[in-house]
Amino acid sequence: MGRIESADVVVVGAGIIGAACAEALSAAGLRVLVLDRGAPAAATTASGEGNVLVSDKGPGPELDLAVASRRRWPDLIDSLREELGDELARVEWEPKGGLMVATEPEAVGPLAALTRAQRAAGIEAVDLDAAAARDMEPHLTERVEAAAHYPEDAQLQPVLAAMALLAAVRARGGEVRGGVEAHGVVYDPGGAVCGVRVDGDAIPCGAVVNACGPWAGHLSVAAGAPVEVLPRRGMVLVTAPLPPVVRRKVYAADYVAAVASGAVDLQVSPVVESTATGTVLIGSSRRRVGFDDALEVEVLQRLARSAIALFPVLSGVPVMRAYGGFRPYTPDHLPVIGEDPRTPGLWHATGHEGAGIGLAPATGRLLADLMCGREPELDAMPFRVDRPAVIVGSAVER
Amino acid sequence: MRVTWDGREVEARPGQTVAGVLIANGVRSWRTTRAEGRPRGLFCGIGVCFDCLVRVNGVPDVRACQRLVADGDDIRPQRGAELPS
Amino acid sequence: MSRVVVVGGGPAGMAAAEAAASRGVEVVLIDAAPKLGGQYHRQDGLSSEDRLAPSAAHADRRWTSPENVEHVPDASAWAVEAVDGGHRVHVRVGLADDPSREGRVFATRALVLATGAYDRALPFPGWDLPGVFTAGAAQALAKGQGVAVGDRVVVGGTGPFLLPVASSLVGVGARVVEVAEANAAVTGWLSRPTGAMAGWSKAGELARYAGVLARHGVPYRSRTAVLAAHGAESVESVTVARLDRDWSPVPGTERRVEADAVAVGFGFTPQLELALAARCRLEDGFVAVDAAQGTSVDGVFAAGELTGIGGADLAAAEGAVAGFAAAKRLGAVVEAPLRAMSRVRAGRRFARALAAAYPVRSGWQDWLRDDTVVCRCEEVAKRALYRAVDERDVGAAGPLKLVSGAGLGLCQGRICGRNAAELAGLDDPAAFAKRPIAVPLRLSELAEESRAEAPVDAEAAARPFGIDR
Ligand SMILES: Cc1cc2nc3c(=O)[nH]c(=O)nc-3n(C[C@H](O)[C@H](O)[C@H](O)COP(=O)(O)OP(=O)(O)OC[C@H]3O[C@@H](n4cnc5c(N)ncnc54)[C@H](O)[C@@H]3O)c2cc1C
Ligand SMILES: Cc1cc2nc3c(=O)[nH]c(=O)nc-3n(C[C@H](O)[C@H](O)[C@H](O)COP(=O)(O)OP(=O)(O)OC[C@H]3O[C@@H](n4cnc5c(N)ncnc54)[C@H](O)[C@@H]3O)c2cc1C
Ligand code: FES
Repeated sequence: MGRIESADVVVVGAGIIGAACAEALSAAGLRVLVLDRGAPAAATTASGEGNVLVSDKGPGPELDLAVASRRRWPDLIDSLREELGDELARVEWEPKGGLMVATEPEAVGPLAALTRAQRAAGIEAVDLDAAAARDMEPHLTERVEAAAHYPEDAQLQPVLAAMALLAAVRARGGEVRGGVEAHGVVYDPGGAVCGVRVDGDAIPCGAVVNACGPWAGHLSVAAGAPVEVLPRRGMVLVTAPLPPVVRRKVYAADYVAAVASGAVDLQVSPVVESTATGTVLIGSSRRRVGFDDALEVEVLQRLARSAIALFPVLSGVPVMRAYGGFRPYTPDHLPVIGEDPRTPGLWHATGHEGAGIGLAPATGRLLADLMCGREPELDAMPFRVDRPAVIVGSAVER
Repeated sequence: MRVTWDGREVEARPGQTVAGVLIANGVRSWRTTRAEGRPRGLFCGIGVCFDCLVRVNGVPDVRACQRLVADGDDIRPQRGAELPS
Repeated sequence: MSRVVVVGGGPAGMAAAEAAASRGVEVVLIDAAPKLGGQYHRQDGLSSEDRLAPSAAHADRRWTSPENVEHVPDASAWAVEAVDGGHRVHVRVGLADDPSREGRVFATRALVLATGAYDRALPFPGWDLPGVFTAGAAQALAKGQGVAVGDRVVVGGTGPFLLPVASSLVGVGARVVEVAEANAAVTGWLSRPTGAMAGWSKAGELARYAGVLARHGVPYRSRTAVLAAHGAESVESVTVARLDRDWSPVPGTERRVEADAVAVGFGFTPQLELALAARCRLEDGFVAVDAAQGTSVDGVFAAGELTGIGGADLAAAEGAVAGFAAAKRLGAVVEAPLRAMSRVRAGRRFARALAAAYPVRSGWQDWLRDDTVVCRCEEVAKRALYRAVDERDVGAAGPLKLVSGAGLGLCQGRICGRNAAELAGLDDPAAFAKRPIAVPLRLSELAEESRAEAPVDAEAAARPFGIDR
């Protein structure tokens, strides 16, 4: 495979979002070059827990994107398997279902209200009493008051998933280049994108996709078209490998409130799930601390407490790792997917916050539809670039 | 000192590690791996490899090379990944 | 807090504590082991006495803990956290890996990290059989527990460390079948007049070990390595062969040697967790320090094998310098420790010569078969690492771990990290070394409320005893 000298589209960022966009664009027949300043799938995507959820959102545009994405993942994996073979398409896809648990009497009402609204929006959400919940998860705390089962919630391994998408891009004649930083965008005299600036050089192209995750704000500034994308720190605890204890992805009912919140303060609400290697992941915290990646013991303590509250059996197991990442978010908590009206040819695909793994395939599809002038399967308006929350007064966090 | 290995009483002295007791009693492996069930025992001897895991008083994932024996310890092999009892 | 906190009670940490204490500041000395001494001065665990090695400052007497040093034994430091004005060290104190341990937190404006190093083990077919040990394990078990890892032991690897290991094994009654040195013979290096060893006490010590081995008729072979261990449930024999300059086995030189144990060591890997958590800068895989053992982080000093592999004398000299510098940071009157600093310089010359003479050469990768386990915890074979690179173009440690599974187990890549990184062509020796939780602890221990304590700054006002400003 030769080096691409010029591309139809340069995708900047080889995380799950860049990979999904590149896959969809190459499927549409475009010649795609993916750049990453580091190694592919080594940034935020490598910290993602890999949940593909429809349960953690109330009705609205993000839920629509999540539902489209959830339906698309298995088809996409099937087609990748056909194209690339079993090994390269191995992404540890597990439609294991989710269980949202209310452990406080006060949470029972709001949980029922949420599931009712979700059912109205077409989500499968089954209300369970305490006994039924413990039937599903035998190690669950006895303090459970009520629960909701979401059979559609699934899990995959984000790094494998991103790499499978990138492998498809390569197989279709595209290229993935690591260790190359995009410093900006080159415009022609008419103001349209004609290239991307890299070290001492420019790579000619017809369009640039900014898929830089939490650093998308930085590239947007360098490109002269700032959008407001900020980092929100998240930490996850990893236990030693265990025998099967947690079957589904189990989380506390206050999780939805924490996800939706824009608070600067630390928020912790437990999400507990097993991985293919037997470890249990305990996520996750949310706090706005810029790009500060210092370890905060208080955060770990609160994660530990909240996990024990859900699964008392975990209290004696070893914790062997803590890791974190920066979720890319926008002030109105919706992704930005589309062309920047200020700079034709510059596209943004970012701001997926804590759901980028789940939302990736529909994001890629939407972006490709818009770029190729096809009718998108969902309404792109809510994700457009020129919304006040994203484009006005953007102050990019360093 | 009364210490049992897999239910049998074995000789142990204060200051010995669990690994020290087991090796002195001719035991070379005391756990099996999770994936392939292969036997393992002491490897690094100083607490970094986590190969020497053993179950002590109902608690699995104890490093035998780091753990000092205490009177009454009930030491048992660990098979793959186990939960505390 | 106006006290120096030292993590690690080996030669470096002990010297640091002693030096800082001699300037009148209070010191907390934290070590995971029940007794002080670290690897080099590992004490006999079975003796009720505390018999420490000679003090760094006074070679004529044994080290005793000065009055203003609080030694906290059985204490695992599992996290270092930056706080205003300094750092907080989070520690679990009690029986190793037991949920009943107690939590303690030490805040300090002057932290000395002296966490040492552990053996590097290279994989080979059969290295996951019981009966294969690191050289350090054989040494620790002999010195600390008075037992031999086997009856007939082959010692292999590279570097002068193989000599004391073989000698200790003989001392606890094992028969050392042979010592296989993968590089050139240590004896030649020792006698070279150009002077890596000039004025360095290691020379005499090594000659003593060589004498022990000669007396016991232990064959010492250079350019030789253990290429495989065989046995059903544990080691019954090993294959030994000659190596060429790059460590590729010389065909036709393979020999089967009967043995029930193998002890292998290919140099040492620094224990970097806490230094990385404190965000100290590394250089070539070791913590970078200035002339006062200061790291790139204000208020954090590093000493001993953490900064480079050069033996116990160098570790102690660095520790002394670090201890003085830490005391000075707290306001103690300290003159530049010129003697210790010159011992550090001499020690570093030795360390450089050591590293140049006993490198790990790339031919070891040929010892592995496709199905040879590289990551012992998750039982990941060499094949999986090659495939991650060939098929998925993996280019960083994080994705390599997640794609291959190597380094995801309980040891968190301590054993396989460097080997996996080399096999995958990643050139950062510390690619796997970031482990924010430096030693595992139970979830219930983590869930405990930390004991309330004053922030570092507020306490700086309290005058430490004995310090004139
Ligand atoms: C702890 C945690 C848990 C999470 N769990 C989940 C989950 O369970 N499910 C879920 O759906 N989501 C989860 N998320 C969110 C998810 O990980 C993110 O939304 C997603 O990974 C974002 O992907 P991305 O491709 O936008 O960003 P990234 O993966 O960060 O990719 C951006 C890439 O751009 C590169 N880059 C940046 N600037 C430049 C430049 N100038 N030039 C070249 N390259 C550049 C970077 O190197 C990087 O590789 C979690 C996040 C965290 C932090
Ligand atoms: C197993 C082994 C045996 C060795 N035996 C010899 C020998 O016999 N002769 C020889 O010349 N050299 C020996 N060495 C080489 C040895 O590393 C140095 O000579 C010397 O001991 C280095 O001193 P140090 O102070 O830097 O580290 P060390 O002596 O290794 O001391 C480090 C100390 O830090 C403690 N520690 C580490 N992490 C933590 C934590 N998170 N919390 C609390 N405590 C912690 C450890 O318990 C240890 O006591 C040995 C090395 C190893 C690994
Ligand atoms: S033998 Fe390595 S941790 Fe015990």
